[in-house]
Amino acid sequence: MANRPAILAEGLHKHYGKTHALAGLDLVAEQGSVLALLGPNGAGKTTAVRILTTLLRPDSGRAEVAGLDVVKNADALRAHIGLAGQYAAVDENLTGYENLVMFGQLYHLSGSVARQRADQLLADFDLVDAGARTVKTYSGGMRRRLDLAASLIIAPPVLFLDEPTTGLDPRGRLAMWEVIRTLTASGTTALLTTQYLEEADQLADQIADELKAQVGDERIELTLAQGGDLAAAAQALRPYSSGELQVDAERRQLVVPVRHGAHQLVAIVRDLDAAQIPLDDLALRQPTLDDVFLTLTGREASETELPAEIADSQPLVRSTR
Amino acid sequence: MNSSTLHTTHTLLPLARPSIYWTLADALVLARRQLVQIPRIPEELLFATIQPIMFVFLFRYVFGGAIAVSGTSYVNYLMAGIFAQTVIFGSTNTGIGLATDLQKGLVDRFRSLPMARSAVLTGRTLADLVRSTFVVFVMWMVGLLVGFQPQGNVLSWVAAAGLLLLTSFAFSWISATVGLVVSSVEAAQSAGFIWLFPLTFASSAFVPTQSMPSWLRAFAEHQPVSLIVNAVRGLLLNQPDASTIWQALAWCVGLLVIFIPLAVWAYGRRTAR
Repeated sequence: MANRPAILAEGLHKHYGKTHALAGLDLVAEQGSVLALLGPNGAGKTTAVRILTTLLRPDSGRAEVAGLDVVKNADALRAHIGLAGQYAAVDENLTGYENLVMFGQLYHLSGSVARQRADQLLADFDLVDAGARTVKTYSGGMRRRLDLAASLIIAPPVLFLDEPTTGLDPRGRLAMWEVIRTLTASGTTALLTTQYLEEADQLADQIADELKAQVGDERIELTLAQGGDLAAAAQALRPYSSGELQVDAERRQLVVPVRHGAHQLVAIVRDLDAAQIPLDDLALRQPTLDDVFLTLTGREASETELPAEIADSQPLVRSTR
Repeated sequence: MNSSTLHTTHTLLPLARPSIYWTLADALVLARRQLVQIPRIPEELLFATIQPIMFVFLFRYVFGGAIAVSGTSYVNYLMAGIFAQTVIFGSTNTGIGLATDLQKGLVDRFRSLPMARSAVLTGRTLADLVRSTFVVFVMWMVGLLVGFQPQGNVLSWVAAAGLLLLTSFAFSWISATVGLVVSSVEAAQSAGFIWLFPLTFASSAFVPTQSMPSWLRAFAEHQPVSLIVNAVRGLLLNQPDASTIWQALAWCVGLLVIFIPLAVWAYGRRTAR
């Protein structure tokens, strides 16, 4: 697999009944790179991970991981991957140590190697003290660390992380990012799914720039004072707008996409003053990651539970390095 | 986290063994997974034992006086039915456990590992067999306490126990299939149980079938639970009937032949919910 990409997918399709979970997904991840699949719930991220980890067969298209076909060489492929899922998939009634030894044995390591490896991973993931306790007693962050440790038992060349920080508190999320950075810095290829732009930004740092290039524009946000004439304000601002104006009547807000906003700000204020439109607030904003999300997926980044009809959309794919 | 996670000094390569070795070894790893948990959740085993004990008391002391059996005491008649009902109801554990593993994403992890595909199922059914053995032993003791007097010799009692364990194993695979096909743990709980009621009660487990209306009797006398109960009863009361025993064995083997492949197939296509 010397010159082959670590992950390669071409035209993956998957239907569940009438739902088109994946409609022609293409992916390439070079060895040692971090590939982020970004999208809201229902975008097909998990379906993609399940196909690449041999849990699901695609309806059409093909994929290779570590140079092995995910359908034809599924058995051999499983010895080269690690999977950390959305759930912390460990046995709650076993201790952390017992879980790691069990998974090591199921990777077909010898008993003594599996036990040594379990000790080592518990130490690496700061779980030595908790190693002899049943997982039931662990915090959410500890479970995720154990889950990730279990996916690293054979130090797999390709690692799949399906929403590794969903449900973690901010501190747990930062700690998980640190672990993932360390791993990928030492040459592991990782495919990461996330619905948080910040996460994709943190772990695969070219993403934000690439996406911003597609969004581009700054915007001016203004809030009219009570009784201000929104229609008149929109009329006055239209010449400055580089795209579609957004009007929120309830909050008396206008959002105007602009280019070179700083240069236009003075003129805008003068025009509004001349039209006798009183303002409560006015700000020039850079495109944020949430705007990027909104633009490229067509929905609010803050919505975590999305209706089922969006399942036809595709996850965004970006790679670093 | 330090760098040893990746720059490990161990060889993390799999052992080279034939696949038949892994079919067994992986199943034992997973059977062990279940068995070490039993003492950690004692209430589960406790309730699994209390339920059949209540049935013993119910039939021995509440209904038993009104049920006429010929040739032996009612408690002697009853115990074969209790043993069969205990292992059959106990087999629902297998499906509930698998549905739970599915829900928690553990099945996804197992299926992403280079392990024997059948092991998740054989491991669990084997562990449930060990558990069944224990519960049957407890029920035997409870039976003796309420006046059960097995007849014949130890060899035929062992044969009866063997048939009960085979029954437990066969019904575990049915339960496994149910647990893998339904959509939730709750569904596995009710779907795994509901069909067992007509099967165990419309049988010769607790009452002689002669008192049933003819249409029910036709079902009750030919369904597997009655045949298994009759075979076990014969062995425990020193009236073994070869034809009944063979039919009971044939049912168990037939169920295994159908449901082992069916469960493995359901497992292979199932991902987490």
